Amino acid sequence: MMENKSNGNGQKEWQPKIVAFFCNWCTYTAADSAGVSRIKYAPNIRIIRVMCSGRVDPQFILDSFAKGADGVLIGGCHPGDCHYQEGNYKCLRRFRLLQRVINSFGIEPERLRLEWISASEADRVRVVVNEMVNQVKALGPLALPQKYEELKKEIEHHPVTSEIKEE
Amino acid sequence: MTNQGNNKDIRIGFYICHCGTNIASTVDVQKVVEFASKLPKVVVSRDYKYMCSDPGQELIQKDIKELGLNRIVVAACSPFLHEKTFRNASSQAGLNQFYFQMVNTREQNSWVHLDPYASTEKAIDLVRAAIYRVVYHKPLEQKRVPIHPDVLVVGGGIAGIHAALTLANAGKKVYLVEREPSIGGHMAMFDKTFPTLDCAACILTPKMTAVKNHPNITLWTYSEVIGVDGYVGNFKVKVRRKPRYINEDLCIGCLDCIEACVYKEGRFYDEFNLGLSKRKPVYIPFPQAVPLLVVIDPETCIQFKSGKCKQTCVEVCEPNAIDFTQKERIEEIEVGTIIIATGFQTFDPKKIPYYGYGTYPNVYTALEVERLINASGPTQGQIVLRDGTRPKSIAIIHCVGSRDKNTNQWCSRVCCLYSIKLAHLLKERTEAEIYNFYIDIRTPGKMMDEFFIRMKEEGIKFIRGRVADIYPDTSNGCCGKLVVKAEDTLVGEIIKVPVDMVVLSIGLEPRADAQEIRRMFNITCSTEGFYIERHPKLAPVNTFTDGIFLAGCCQGPKDIPDTVAQAGAAAAEALTLIDTGYIEIEPNTAFVLEDDCSGCKSCIPLCPYTAISFLEDKKKAFINEVLCKGCGTCVAACPSGSIVQNLFEDEEIFSEIVGVLNYTYHEEEV
Repeated sequence: MMENKSNGNGQKEWQPKIVAFFCNWCTYTAADSAGVSRIKYAPNIRIIRVMCSGRVDPQFILDSFAKGADGVLIGGCHPGDCHYQEGNYKCLRRFRLLQRVINSFGIEPERLRLEWISASEADRVRVVVNEMVNQVKALGPLALPQKYEELKKEIEHHPVTSEIKEE
Repeated sequence: MTNQGNNKDIRIGFYICHCGTNIASTVDVQKVVEFASKLPKVVVSRDYKYMCSDPGQELIQKDIKELGLNRIVVAACSPFLHEKTFRNASSQAGLNQFYFQMVNTREQNSWVHLDPYASTEKAIDLVRAAIYRVVYHKPLEQKRVPIHPDVLVVGGGIAGIHAALTLANAGKKVYLVEREPSIGGHMAMFDKTFPTLDCAACILTPKMTAVKNHPNITLWTYSEVIGVDGYVGNFKVKVRRKPRYINEDLCIGCLDCIEACVYKEGRFYDEFNLGLSKRKPVYIPFPQAVPLLVVIDPETCIQFKSGKCKQTCVEVCEPNAIDFTQKERIEEIEVGTIIIATGFQTFDPKKIPYYGYGTYPNVYTALEVERLINASGPTQGQIVLRDGTRPKSIAIIHCVGSRDKNTNQWCSRVCCLYSIKLAHLLKERTEAEIYNFYIDIRTPGKMMDEFFIRMKEEGIKFIRGRVADIYPDTSNGCCGKLVVKAEDTLVGEIIKVPVDMVVLSIGLEPRADAQEIRRMFNITCSTEGFYIERHPKLAPVNTFTDGIFLAGCCQGPKDIPDTVAQAGAAAAEALTLIDTGYIEIEPNTAFVLEDDCSGCKSCIPLCPYTAISFLEDKKKAFINEVLCKGCGTCVAACPSGSIVQNLFEDEEIFSEIVGVLNYTYHEEEV
């Protein structure tokens, strides 16, 4: 179940949660440098560090959505600048495929974003995160865990589906 | 219930740092502590003002010993800053250092958000993720990589020269690679240096000669690095040695061939004098060049262009050193560490058309004036304009291509001081009236401001105002003077000063090919193109790539004293690695779970380091740990999930996802 978003302050607008996978050498460093420069951006992002955007397993993304993320952001080095030569290209391939896959699952492709942000582009972190947060806010909650919950109940109380299941 | 793994004896200690007020003023530290204390397997949850301080580290160590902790999570600054500190603290208390996880709560949280509530929520999510993750951590051994003792220094300016000599004097073998035919760099072009006014050549040429004569230095000029492979301790470098068309072993530097060339006078752009003089197709860059070897320029030499030259140079060369058939050579060397000292280029003032450089012959760049003043320059040190007359009034325009939104935003740091120096030298030689147009005078550093005050007392004029226009004086049928128009911001008036000569104090820029060089060495540079140091204060000569160090202006504009200091620091960093003999690197390599591998070979072509091979007998993939650099691309691609990356295992990342999203499983799903 998703955490109840209501808080001690009473009514607060719904805030999307965005899981980000940032590569160690470029985008994670850029995010650090944004901090050093005291650049301010939306607090909705939860950064998970990986060594390379090539490490981002499609399962990480699907799992993030399935477990309640409203958006997933991947940050890697610019083409040609990968610390591991070409991991970012591998990431790009998977990203293209994944966009189609999530679309067929009924997840808007805009909820998944891939950005090349080099270590020096601290301000780009701000721009991308803010853009993404606004975009996902406009789309509204994805809330897959709750949807699965409802789906499960439906299956349990639907004899036809259980017959099909038994076949 | 959350999925916490199956190890029942896990005892986690959680610590959050206030970092003074850096974290505590935005993140509700107490709330995080309280939250963490309630998470499963957390034995102790504490906060402390400065976790990185000795008492902070001792707090962790005491808890490890007294409470039997076997996992540590610290929420503090970026892991880039203090992960090592806390890993060391843990390992000193007897815990494997990789049973540690850090939560970036400063750079990526308290410093970038304003809302304390949201910031605290974020901290809680990330702390949860780290605590879930650390459960899966494995005790790992750090890999030790041996360091090849030889060093490559790229760039033979003062930075490269000083770094090479420092290393060579310490008994290390150094390859010094310089693109131009001679070492010396920009410093060799200068006349005098501020603030001491000692002549650049007098202090530089002894060092240049020392490089050439040093038994530990292999000097390759007219050469370029074209490929770099490998990693810290074991770089394989390819160097292209361009043909000089002179046999280096035979040429004795008598320069008879230059005299004998069929061109009786120099006809071609002289690179060293910035075109203020002409050279022949066979030439030396400057009289003090090291090595003192002639170069034949195939672009201008008749023999290369038509094949029908009388070859008077060949006739006169007694040692028979001229070789028109010489081809470029590729040398391959192995080194353990690399120092990048590729320097800078000067701003091209043609980008500011209203200053008239290239249009009005009496507008010069500061570097051209350095050559004019220099006794071995194109005019033997005479300050004369292109028409041969001596200027009676000179304007020096500061900040050309610096501190300007339209060109380069940074302060080039040396221009104020070299402008003041040039003002002094020009006044000394010409007794002209000198006007400095400046935005601000920036003269930090030892003896620098004193130098400025002294020069001001000499009667050099300083006008505060950015120059808006430079145009020919056409009043009263006048005289070829240039009018410098600016607002004197101290008086609040537009002033127009007619002068004979304009000197543009051009700023320092990254080299045009900085990006290509950066890619080749796998280091990072800022958007403008200066290479980025690992930490601006605490690792100023290191790069993000282990074993590669920076020196001089390739890292940012700086003067000669700072360049030399940095070159010494880079040499010391290289020495530290060489004398330790090895470096410990992150054990984040991947390995194959043989039982699960289906032998599909999907991973093999993905590896950029050809670390993965196929064991034909077992029909399984195999990862060579020595070659693996730990990117994890193969792990993400394996369809059967049978490749594991240390420190970034699937379980570790999945548990982080669960943690940041606060996802809870239902009973039936477990």
